[in-house]
Amino acid sequence: METQTIKNKETSKKATERISGSEAIVRCLIEEDIKIIYGYPGGAIMPVYDELYKYQDKIHHVLTRHEQGATHSAQGFARISGKVGVAIATSGPGATNLITGIADAQIDSTPMVCITGQVPSHLLGSDAFQETDIVGISTPVTKWNCQVTKAADIPAALAKAFYIARSGRPGPVLVDITKDAQFEEFDFSYEKCTKVRSYVPVPKTNVKSIEAAAKLINEAKKPFVVWGQGVILSEAEEAFKAVIEKAGIPSAWTILGASAIPTKHPLNVGMVGMHGNYAPNVLTNECDVLIAIGMRFDDRVTGKLDEYATQAKVIHFEIDPSEVDKNVKTDVAVLGDAKASLEAILPLINENSHTEWCQKFADLYAIEYEKVIKNDIHPTKEGLTMGEVINQINIESKGEAAIVSDVGQHQMIACRYAEFNKTKSNITSGGLGTMGFGLPAAIGAKMAAPDREVVSISGDGGYQMTIQELGTIFQQKAAVKVVVLNNEFLGMVRQWQQLFFDKRYASTEMTNPNFVAIAEGYYIKAKKVTKREELAAAVKEMMESKEAYFLEVCVEKEGNVFPMVPSGASVSDVRLE
Amino acid sequence: MSTEKQFFTISVYTENNIGLLNRISAIFQRRHVNIESLNTSPSEIEGVSKFTIVVSMTEVNIKKIIGQIEKQVEVIKAYYHNDDETIYQISGLFKIKSELLFEEPQIQNIIKESYARIVTVNTNFFVLEKSGRKQELVDLHEKLSVFGIMQYTRSGRIAVTKEEMKISTLLETYNN
Ligand SMILES: Cc1ncc(C[n+]2csc(CCOP(=O)(O)OP(=O)(O)O)c2C)c(N)n1
Repeated sequence: METQTIKNKETSKKATERISGSEAIVRCLIEEDIKIIYGYPGGAIMPVYDELYKYQDKIHHVLTRHEQGATHSAQGFARISGKVGVAIATSGPGATNLITGIADAQIDSTPMVCITGQVPSHLLGSDAFQETDIVGISTPVTKWNCQVTKAADIPAALAKAFYIARSGRPGPVLVDITKDAQFEEFDFSYEKCTKVRSYVPVPKTNVKSIEAAAKLINEAKKPFVVWGQGVILSEAEEAFKAVIEKAGIPSAWTILGASAIPTKHPLNVGMVGMHGNYAPNVLTNECDVLIAIGMRFDDRVTGKLDEYATQAKVIHFEIDPSEVDKNVKTDVAVLGDAKASLEAILPLINENSHTEWCQKFADLYAIEYEKVIKNDIHPTKEGLTMGEVINQINIESKGEAAIVSDVGQHQMIACRYAEFNKTKSNITSGGLGTMGFGLPAAIGAKMAAPDREVVSISGDGGYQMTIQELGTIFQQKAAVKVVVLNNEFLGMVRQWQQLFFDKRYASTEMTNPNFVAIAEGYYIKAKKVTKREELAAAVKEMMESKEAYFLEVCVEKEGNVFPMVPSGASVSDVRLE
Repeated sequence: MSTEKQFFTISVYTENNIGLLNRISAIFQRRHVNIESLNTSPSEIEGVSKFTIVVSMTEVNIKKIIGQIEKQVEVIKAYYHNDDETIYQISGLFKIKSELLFEEPQIQNIIKESYARIVTVNTNFFVLEKSGRKQELVDLHEKLSVFGIMQYTRSGRIAVTKEEMKISTLLETYNN
């Protein structure tokens, strides 16, 4: 990351102009090369909307049907493009509706800038109409936030916001701007922010730590890599592949790391964690060197911490120093940008193949295939499985599609079975597990990558949390493929009730509406599949459609997701049934 | 590293920005750490504020908290020290009925022996100020309680460290 002060020559040469704060906001977005924003109007942000009307040819504003939808769309946009997503909202309820998406972006390190309108500054603190302390409310879930009460402060605040959101470990920021500041006129000029005193986006990499890590890797008999989203965020995919190929290290991913290298890569041994694959979970407790790259040892990944890889020496490649030793004690911490660190370590590591060790993964995979995978994706018993739907999508997409999933059983199944050939193709809510994320995130993803096939996969529960965004799909003509896997249950919770609460299905059964009629009500082509024989043709029709398409698949009501590491258990106690 | 709880003084050097207090205190709140005392003031460097926070916790956990604090965009640097590594003081104010000053000769002795300072005297009350270690203030409070205290208040700890905290050097590297 560039941290020197480089005066943006073009902008500093420009003569200043007298414009309003609201026009300045739009001009700042243009300066930051923002072409699409998501939002919802209201009193305290109306001056900005008025300017957006004027600048329609430069910035496309997407009217979502709920502010939560705006943040999730901005997240989907950011996740597939690697650029900053932007969401705007009015004060009070508009602003508070952004919070879920902001919290989601914070824990999943997604770059996002949120702009909220605020009551005029002379009313601040008076419980004025639609006043809410959004800076206070969003503090724990933003990377940075601030309130602006003077027009002249807008350019610097927004420049800083964009810089902080996208640099280092990315995250959401919020800038709250009072209505009087939007009206006030001032002499506008814009200078991009390239540095903030006291903020070190990328810590210095210690050469010694690279050497120490290389030594451990070279001496390892059973090395094992667990990689996370950090690989994708730092665009380290190539360097990462080169390292594991040279050293012959079996490598597994966290849910947000998925798609960094192709699913079918011979060293890709699957997903770790609660519903991860059998081999990587079991062998975590057998490896001698665990190499964590751009991941943060979430408890869904580690299971019981005091039994997690205790036999292994741990190397942690990490951009955020506060993640080191937070959950798992490391032997070597390689601080810095993953791409730079991996490129630096490549020449220091020896070629190796670890054939026997890799075979262990293959053997355990064979067990998992027999006991779980085969029945999931090629079922013979009655009742459609979620796995066979994903498999059918793979067949049609040939691994080229971006899969946006919601939260629940279908998410775990989608992440387990979706095939990825391209990076940044698995868009899902990892750290927060936000139901309702999928549909709006898919809209953002499709708009950021219109040439790509974007398939949204939701459960009947989460789908209904943001179902209104079908309106956005229709209005924007966003050709998203929407799949709902309907099991008439809040499936994931029902699975826990079955396994740990004596099958007491308290409030998890859902009586669902006519989903096809709802989609058709939004003028979206729709189909419902209830039988296996209909599945292949329906998926094919959906994938071939040039427009948005809704597909409901009625799946078995009480299907379960296995393997499973029960919460609080050790990862090697992973259950196959 | 000690896994026993002990008192630490945390020094946080920050930009002087609204909202930082919230961000910093939220870090303690999330981990259910009770702040014993907190003081914020200007530091030796112009435009740079200093938080002095006293907490009781294990060294393993305080390292994690320091990491979370330093992660905040406007925090320049955070340190933690134990009592042996710092020179620290707190200050207390005692408001007492004026008549006691004349009627109870004991009080005059207590003031003298404790090196407390009379800040003000009027017809109704007088105010004593005492700076020192917490125990000195507790002792003084105990002695004066016998006679009745109208109001009592104690400040947060302020501290300087024996070892250098190289903030100026750090800021120079930031500026380059
Ligand atoms: C906003 C929100 N509320 C509640 C939950 C808890 N939760 C996790 S999974 C789940 C069930 C999801 O059901 P559904 O969307 O039908 O998907 P399925 O598990 O059946 O595939 C629930 C309620 C959550 N993750 N997010």
